[in-house]
Order: sequence, then C-alpha cells, then structure tokens
Amino acid sequence: MSLTRLLAVAKKEVLHILRDSRSLSIVIIMPVTLMLLFGYGVNLDLKGLPVYVYDQDGSQQSQDLLKRFQSNEYFHIVRVVDRYSSLTRALDDGDAKMGIVIPWNFSQRLSEGGPVEVQALVDATDDNTANVLIGYAQGVMQGYSSGIEIDWLRKHGQSIQPASVSVQTRTWYNENLDSSAFIIPGVLALVMSVIGAFLTSLTIAREWERGSMEQLISTPVTAMEIMLGKLMPYFVIGMFDVAVCAWIAIGWFHVPFRGSFLTLAGSSALFMVVVLALGFFVSVIAKSQLAASQIALLITFLPAFLLSGFLFAIEQMPVALQWITRIFPARYYVSLLKQIFLKGSPAAMLTADLLPLTAFALLLALVATRSFHKRLE
Amino acid sequence: MRLRGERRAMVEQAISVSPNSVVIEDLTKRFGDFVAVDQINLRVRKGEVFGFLGPNGAGKSTTIRMLCGLLKPSAGRASVAGYDVSRDPEAVRQNIGYMSQKFSLYNDLTVMENLRLFAGLYSVPAKDLPGRMQWALNMANLKGQENLLTSTLPGGWKQRLALGCAVLHRPPIIFLDEPTSGVDPISRRQFWDLIHQMAQEGVTVFVTTHYMEEAEYCNRLALIFRGKIVALGTPTELKRDAMKGELLLVECQPLGGAVEALQSAPLVMDAAVFGNALHLVVADAPAAAPLVQTYLSERGIAVSRIEEIRPTLEDVFVSLTTSRNAAEARTT
Repeated sequence: MSLTRLLAVAKKEVLHILRDSRSLSIVIIMPVTLMLLFGYGVNLDLKGLPVYVYDQDGSQQSQDLLKRFQSNEYFHIVRVVDRYSSLTRALDDGDAKMGIVIPWNFSQRLSEGGPVEVQALVDATDDNTANVLIGYAQGVMQGYSSGIEIDWLRKHGQSIQPASVSVQTRTWYNENLDSSAFIIPGVLALVMSVIGAFLTSLTIAREWERGSMEQLISTPVTAMEIMLGKLMPYFVIGMFDVAVCAWIAIGWFHVPFRGSFLTLAGSSALFMVVVLALGFFVSVIAKSQLAASQIALLITFLPAFLLSGFLFAIEQMPVALQWITRIFPARYYVSLLKQIFLKGSPAAMLTADLLPLTAFALLLALVATRSFHKRLE
Repeated sequence: MRLRGERRAMVEQAISVSPNSVVIEDLTKRFGDFVAVDQINLRVRKGEVFGFLGPNGAGKSTTIRMLCGLLKPSAGRASVAGYDVSRDPEAVRQNIGYMSQKFSLYNDLTVMENLRLFAGLYSVPAKDLPGRMQWALNMANLKGQENLLTSTLPGGWKQRLALGCAVLHRPPIIFLDEPTSGVDPISRRQFWDLIHQMAQEGVTVFVTTHYMEEAEYCNRLALIFRGKIVALGTPTELKRDAMKGELLLVECQPLGGAVEALQSAPLVMDAAVFGNALHLVVADAPAAAPLVQTYLSERGIAVSRIEEIRPTLEDVFVSLTTSRNAAEARTT
C-alpha cells in the first residue's frame, strides 16, 4: 500500500465531486431536503379527523354524545347534516373520514333503558386510519354509556359507586407521543444509503464507461488503493452529512438526543462502511452507471425505507418479512439510531444491533475487495 | 521527422544489437471460441520504434493489453522489460507507459491535475516532481495551458497530454494504442516527432496504427491480420520482400468495370483501387503491361497510363491480406 498513490486517487475523486454539480447537490441539498420532508411532511399522528354528523334525534342526549366527540382531539365535527345522502356523499368525496348517525329514537330508547345503536360509517380506504378511528369512536361511546349507567343507578337510589379500573399511562422515551421523534432519526439511514451506495455505485461504473479505468489500471496503483482512494472522500462526506442531519434533528426538530455522540459516530461509521462496500461492489459488477445506480438504490435505499423499521414497525410485519429484514443492514442501524436518540442507550446495551452491523461491515468490505481486479475481463 | 537513407540504416543497425525489451512467444488470446491473437512470436529491441499494423479487429489492441498486464494470455508467454506479464504484472506496469486507444484522461480535471494524478500513481519522487512536470509540459507543448480543463483542449493537445501523463515516470518502454486516431494530420505529425524524440533517448516505443503512412515512420513493423502476424521486418524489407510479384499502376476508365474484368484476367494475381488508379500485382511487370492493356481495351476500357511502380506499404498490406483471404477460402 502506497500512501502517495492512495492520496492521488482520493484527490482526483474529490475533484470529480467538486466539479460535478449533480454529485455536489446530492451531497449538500439531499440530506437537508430529506430531513425537512420527513420532519414536516410525514406525520403519523391522527388528529382532528373530519367527521360529519346526521342527528335524527336532535335531543339533549344526542347533543351530549356529540359534545364528547367534539371535545376529543382526534375528531373534528365539520358539519351536521340533515339527510343520510349528504353524509354518504361527504364520505365519497373524502370530505369526511367518519359519519355518525344518531337514530330518531335515541333519547326515547335511552329513557326506556333499552339498548340503542349509533351508526358510525368509516372511510376504510386507509385501513390503519380506519382502525384507529373505530378504536377512538368506541372509546368515546363507552365513556358516554358508563356515564348513563351511573346516572341510572343514582336515579334508582343506588348510592354505591361502582368499582372501576383505570389505566394510568406514562409514555417513556417519546413522552409527547410525537411521531417525528420516531421518524427523524431514521432519516440518517436514508441519507447515508444515498451518499454511500448511490454515489459510489457511479464512481467505478463511470470509469469503465468513459474508458479511464483502462488507463488507471495500467499504472502501478493497486486494486486496494483504487478502492480505498475512491471511498475515502465519500466516507468523509457521509460522516459530515450525519453530523448535519443530527444537528437538524436536534436543533430544529427538537428530537430528544439522550445518547452519546461517540456512539452515534461509531454506529454511523459502521453503517457507512456497509453502504460504501455495497455501492462499490455493485459498481464493479454492473459496469454501467445506469444499471449500477438502479441496483444500488434497490438494495440499499428501498430496504432502508421499507424494511428497516424507519416508518413501519418491524414487530408488526408478517413473521416471514421480519426475518427478511434481518438481511438488510439498515434495520440494525435504524434501530441503533432510535435507541441512541430516544433512549440514550450506552454502547454496551446496543450489542444486539452493533454485532450484526459489524459482521455486515466486515463481510461486505471483504466482498468488495475481492470483487475488483485490475483486469479488463 | 523522417529518417532518410543512411541515417535510417545506422539507427536500424544500432537497434539490431540492442537487448530485447519485449519478448513474445506463442502468445494467444481466446475470447470463448474466438481466437483474437493466435500464437504470435515477436522480439522488440531496446530503443526501437516498433509498429503494429493491421485493420480494426486484427488483434492489435488485445496484444498490447496483454503486454500491459490488462488481459491474461490464454496461452504462450510474454515478457516486458524482463518481467513476465502474467506472473509479475505490477513490475511490468512500473516500467511501462500506456496510452489506450480511447482518450482516457479525466476531462473534468485540468492539465496540471491530470499530470499530478499520474505523477502520484507512478510515485514520482517529490524532489523530481517539478522537473518532470515542466519536462512533460514542454514536451506536450502545453506550457501556459496548465490550468485549462482537459475537456476544452483540442484533440491533438489531448493526445500529447495523454502521452505526457504516460511517460512522467520515464518508463523504458511505452505502449501506444492507435495514439493518433481522430487527430488532424499536422498534430499527427507532431506526435510522431515526439515518438522519435523519445526513441532517440533510448525509450522503446511499441505503437499500433492503421495509418499506412505512419507505419513508414517505424523502425520495424509487424503486419497483423486475423490474430496472426503475416509479415515482419523494416518498412524497406517489407516493400522489397513481402510482395509476391511486381506492381503495375493502371489509369483507366471506368475503374469499377476494370477491377471486375481483371479479377478473371490471366497473369493478374490481384487488383485493387488506389485513389483514381488501379494497382495490379503481376509476376513480371514489363511482360504483363502490354497484355493487360490489350485485355482491357478488348473489353471497352480505355487505358490512359500503365507503368511499373515500387510498392508502398499499403500495396504490401493489401496483397498479403488478400492472399490470406484466398488461402482461407480454398481451405474452407
């Protein structure tokens, strides 16, 4: 290994990046854009969902029930309509996520002590939202019913307070149940996948396409020197972007950061090695920039997005898919990020993720080294 | 710079006693079923400008790439500067400069940055660096253009820069794969001046080309056709010995009809169009001339001029390749 040759390759690579506006914009603008996009644009919290009401009864009792819906932060009663068709129309048009129909005999049935049914029509195009809505709606109804029960008992001379159990919840790690705190740390994995795999996947393929590789490998520079020389600048850029993203997460979006920066840097460096090695390997085997960049995005960015627990919790995936996530290194890195940011776990408690990530880093570095030869065949 | 007569003979004699820079023995390269280079044997001496002449696809680039350690030979062996190309490619690379067929420096780097890159890749010692850079800039006639982006340079300048990058470390042997393709004639001439300048300093130059006039600038030539060496010698030797017969120049109208008619004519071994005339290969030129004239006029072709000429390299090349083609047609 010659330092002179290594630095010559690295310096050339830096010049390529500086002179290529596309690379430069990916390096600088992409991380900030992704952070803002996911920080502001993606919100998994369901609040103030639009509700239409068709109150056929129009009694004191029905108004009480609606007030309970109104005071719940998850619902927002947009309009009270006077015919059923307006309600279905609102659902069709997407103006309402839920329609509540209170029957004409609502108060009458209640005073008779008989059971009464309130209809809730839910837009279930998004099943997740629908499930949450139904849950919230049932909660509101239950609260209303038990209120009526207590009133009834009182009225009939029963002074005993019925025993009740309630849950006292305390949320840990993400106290405000803020979904951005859950999402934003994971954006770092996306950013690094793009920098590491996407950008580096172009570097070797570009040299093959332009024919400069032939000139390069006719010199005494070794395969290892070419690889390290090319990857070094991207490693530095990747780590710089991690710092920028972490700063935006903490300083701008106020995501709690309870871990140590050293653990963050160490985990990020490991993941950087993983994606750089993957990008380099893809670039070597693909030999065309287009194919290389497509493959690189497919095997790093997509899994980092979908199979890493970044947006969709791994525990809720089908078991088979849960197993598949294990072969994508992004999963371990996203898990590390969430623990470092939100829980502040020390390195010793992160071994379940650090070990597989280290194993991937070593394995892929080996594969990348083996894949590249100074031959034209 | 064309070496004439005596001077040329002296150079050739000096070279003939030099040690070998490149030794090729039964070198073969197969790609699947296709034999790109077929058991070639060659020796290139130190300080020689050795030309590798042949049409596209003849195996020129494949041979040069094997000699630079970029392709692994399928059979046979080759040594460059005393190092075996299969076993010790890195040692070979430290001792050679290579210019690939396609211009392959970095267009987004400046002249100076490209030079500095190759100085680094060849580990030119820091104390020699400024001197070497100046030397390369002078040689390539790029002084004052150091900070221009390579993409903005004209073709001929790019070639000179590529040569400068390839010889920064002063290698004893340089391999140039069609260095002047796509370059204007004046730049081409300047480039050959550079090649001879380096040869005079003792550098061995192994150069491929398909320009016949460039082949004349070489001390020795190998004609390669379909992976095989079909002739080897100095340009003078080739012109004298490699032709099987003598050459007649025929100016006539119409040319196309004449070529067709002469394919079946007796005495004529080969007929080819050169510019606005025909070159005929015959066994005995003075005897054949009147017969050819009669033969053509009988077929309504007016001959305005017919005379014996000395063959050029192009004649030699055409004659050798057509006789190969004919031989192959007979065997298959």
